[in-house]
Amino acid sequence: MAKAKIYITFKDGVLEPQGKTVNAALVKMGYKNIKDVRIGKYIEMEIDGNNEKIKKEVDEICDKLLANPNIEKYDFEII
Amino acid sequence: MNNYDIEITDEILKEHNLNKEEYNNIIKILGRKPNIVELGVFSAMWSEHCSYKHSKPVLKKFPTKGKYVLQGPGENAGIIDTKLGIGIAFKIESHNHPSSVEPFQGAATGVGGILRDIFTMGARPVAILDSLRFGNIKTLKTQHLLHGVVSGIAFYGNCVGVPTVAGETVFEDSYQDNCLVNAMTIGIVNKNKIKKGIAKGAGNPIMYIGALTGRDGIHGASFASAELTEENQKRRSSVQVADPFMEKLLLEATLELIDKNLVIGIQDMGAAGLTSSSSEMAYRAGTGVEIDIDKVPKRELNMNAYEVLLSESQERMLLVCKKGNEKKVEKILRKWGLHAVKIGKVIKEQKFKIYENGKIVADIPIRALTDSSYKYFPLKKQKGIKPEYLKNININNDDIKVPDNIEEIFKKLISSPNISCKSNIWRQYDHMVQTNTFTLPGSDAAVINIKGKDLLLSTSVDGNGRYVYLDPFTGGMIAVAEAARNVSMSGAQPIAFTNCLNFGNPEDPEIFYQFQKAVEGMAYAAKKLNTPVISGNVSFYNESPQNAIYPTPVVGMVGYIKGKNKRYVKQYFKNEGDIIVLLGETKEEIGASEYLKEIHNMVKGPVPGIDMAKEKALQKTCIEGIKNGIIISAHDISKGGLAVALAECCLSGKLHNEKAIGAYIELQSDIRIDALLFGETQSRAIVTVKRENLLRLKRIASKNKIIATEIGKTGGDRLIINIDWAAKKYSKKLNLDLNEIEKLWMTGVNEYV
Amino acid sequence: MNKKLKFGIVVFPGSNCDADCLWALKDVLNQEAEFIWHESKNIKKYDCLVLPGGFSYGDYLRSGAIARFAKVMESISDFANKKNKFIIGICNGFQILLEAGLLPGAMLHNKNLKFICEYVNITVENTNTPFTNRCAKGQVLKIPIAHGEGNYYCDERTLNTLIAKDKIIFRYCDSNGMITDEANVNGSIYNIAGIMNTKGNILGMMPHPERAMIKELGSEDGRLIWQSIIDYIKKS
Repeated sequence: MAKAKIYITFKDGVLEPQGKTVNAALVKMGYKNIKDVRIGKYIEMEIDGNNEKIKKEVDEICDKLLANPNIEKYDFEII
Repeated sequence: MNNYDIEITDEILKEHNLNKEEYNNIIKILGRKPNIVELGVFSAMWSEHCSYKHSKPVLKKFPTKGKYVLQGPGENAGIIDTKLGIGIAFKIESHNHPSSVEPFQGAATGVGGILRDIFTMGARPVAILDSLRFGNIKTLKTQHLLHGVVSGIAFYGNCVGVPTVAGETVFEDSYQDNCLVNAMTIGIVNKNKIKKGIAKGAGNPIMYIGALTGRDGIHGASFASAELTEENQKRRSSVQVADPFMEKLLLEATLELIDKNLVIGIQDMGAAGLTSSSSEMAYRAGTGVEIDIDKVPKRELNMNAYEVLLSESQERMLLVCKKGNEKKVEKILRKWGLHAVKIGKVIKEQKFKIYENGKIVADIPIRALTDSSYKYFPLKKQKGIKPEYLKNININNDDIKVPDNIEEIFKKLISSPNISCKSNIWRQYDHMVQTNTFTLPGSDAAVINIKGKDLLLSTSVDGNGRYVYLDPFTGGMIAVAEAARNVSMSGAQPIAFTNCLNFGNPEDPEIFYQFQKAVEGMAYAAKKLNTPVISGNVSFYNESPQNAIYPTPVVGMVGYIKGKNKRYVKQYFKNEGDIIVLLGETKEEIGASEYLKEIHNMVKGPVPGIDMAKEKALQKTCIEGIKNGIIISAHDISKGGLAVALAECCLSGKLHNEKAIGAYIELQSDIRIDALLFGETQSRAIVTVKRENLLRLKRIASKNKIIATEIGKTGGDRLIINIDWAAKKYSKKLNLDLNEIEKLWMTGVNEYV
Repeated sequence: MNKKLKFGIVVFPGSNCDADCLWALKDVLNQEAEFIWHESKNIKKYDCLVLPGGFSYGDYLRSGAIARFAKVMESISDFANKKNKFIIGICNGFQILLEAGLLPGAMLHNKNLKFICEYVNITVENTNTPFTNRCAKGQVLKIPIAHGEGNYYCDERTLNTLIAKDKIIFRYCDSNGMITDEANVNGSIYNIAGIMNTKGNILGMMPHPERAMIKELGSEDGRLIWQSIIDYIKKS
């Protein structure tokens, strides 16, 4: 069995209000070096099959359900 | 340095949804070929969404004036007078296409947009209503859309702190690929603080406030005016992300600016963003604008003039203040953690002038973008053609066998998606914040208190696409009549309404026919009920390659309950032992009903007839009876007919921690039992009174020429309906435990939400 | 004796029940009440602070997580340590108090993962407090909730301490006052709807008493809570 670690974030250029609000708060608290904060989702999934098939399936799952390609992008690693 | 002087090919024109004739007119207007920035500007402003080029001539049929109208259509929102020093601003708007692509963000930004339309008028939003249409609830696609849309509305409205007080959710196959998301907002404004979207006073600064500009929804306006194709579904950057926290800050900051008299004109950057807001503000004031793209606050690198002008990033506003007041404006915004940036100024010359890197990149006469009477404006003069399908759409009642199993039919209807309880939807909306919601969701209309005034607002949003599909004119009338009826059931006098007209592709003459006739029907009803249209929105192109949606005009009605004691009632039975009275006459009408669809699987006419004089008389009877304290509860009869309405009267109190109360009913009638119990004859209501007030009610009814029939009594924990069918010497009985009905009522939709 | 109390209602960016609290205290109960901007430090003059509901900073990271760093929060512990000073956190205000460590525990998403707005029943568990002295023990109050993250959680030790020291003030119950799983609308541990600090002058609760002030809104039970504080402070 393999484990898929999936990271979903808003696409570059899409407004990300959560990150923006946290960023502003951090700067206000004195962390002046913070330049950008982006918040996303992290998903772990256990999955059976050979490596190639897993990659294909996870990719498909991300595209179909986990992320909305209109606004989100995803990345994953299989370990 | 951007080079915008590119060759405008046919392909580029097509991408911009402009035809050859429109392109040639652009050349005539400018006296030269447009560059790509200007073409983008024309494309957005001449899209249906901004120009109303197909709908404007038809919309003229609506009555828009009246003694209560302070502001009619054409502004960010309409306003009605209360004659108590305040105005009520309201408007409904669609966000159908974005919601089909990304239901959560699409619905959320839809709520955001309509809220801004209200608070830019200087009004504090006090209520949100929503009207939703989806396809078959049994499909995963619909469940996904429903879930996304409802949580999107909840996310936005709840965060901003405006209660979502009423709404409707309808499921019909025709919306399978095109869900409808219409959101309405009501606000309260001090009459002397009303603001408009005007750019007055040459030399005054144009200030940009709110969120940064990104590449969001570029071509959103033209996107909202094109049919949804596979390719469209994949189009990038067409959906914006909602930021309700930013909206809340904008709301407070804007109202503070207006309160301190720092605003000359203000407008939301909605569809076609900076372009439409600035040009419309200039047009209304008879001025022009000069904007420097370099000064516009941007979220992304290397955005060019084309992108900045057409971006539809949310939570942005354009404000014109008096020259010299810039610092004061900035100070208030800073308090709310926002910024104001001067991006240009009002000019005398009636032009839309855009600069980038010191060079002019767009130079267009304002009128060409905004004035529908301008000679090159692409107004479409169209003729509708009666659709083929209407020729054979009506059934004869005799073709439908009179049923025997009325309990079974009732059970099926009460658990069907369009009739069953929607509490799991509105439970997700904060409907109590602001502590004004006197009648919570689950009655015909919401009742909202106006603190400190002898006034309650009553409001309802309503539309029946199936009726309009089967008979556009009558369906249009009923849409207005039913929304007004809902409001009058609370005891309120309907005053005015806003409408959202959701249709397919208007270039199709058959669709255009539906549009014309529906508007004519609505306009007729509006005149008869004395309820003018004060604002609205048209959403065309709601179709997929498979089909167009049912023509769906949605009416958002607002009414007043005035006077010291502010008497109002709810739809559910209040006490045991009250007398139940049916107001109005039941006719042998089963066409277009939920019964026909759910039980006989038929979508056929004829749509129930409606006599507007009768309708008005019914409403008058209810309003009078409630005002005099005679009527204790009132509920109109609509989807599912008398039997369903009675069940709703029994059960809906339980939704708010009150008791369910049963009823014992005796009906005597000569008409078919299915029409009697489940038919949707218009202009009827179920009211309850104390025994000692029955005569007084009958007197009010007869004065208004409305038949009032005592049909039973409240009490117990069952709904019992005895039917004596005189003509056939026949009697039937429906006798069900309220708990059993409630369980069924909770299944149709709630289990999917 | 008829001296009015001074309530201060803290306004964070994103607060949205601030005006309702002002209305409840000023218009309905005829007390002195005013808004306190989140950057203000001058809070000494108030008898009782109210941290109202809403979505401070959009609740974008975690409910209350950012608001707890607001300037006004720096002076709030000092305020709480003084004699005869009281704090009520309602909904988002409760979440802020938890994040700030002024009350123990944390909030999780509601068990159904959805925002819930409805009238609920809560029992009064402890009437010997500044916030509930007008209520009877076990009395059922009908007060609405409106939240997405109100599923109160704390570890077992904390829970035992809360129980042992009688610091659980309100619990979700059915209309007969029975503490049931079904009545536990958001999944809170031990049906907890409201708790108090050890000293007994800080109350956090998820239901909105300011929304249950007049019968037209569905209940007047919220008055009992405000009136308890008013009575308590006047007597002491």
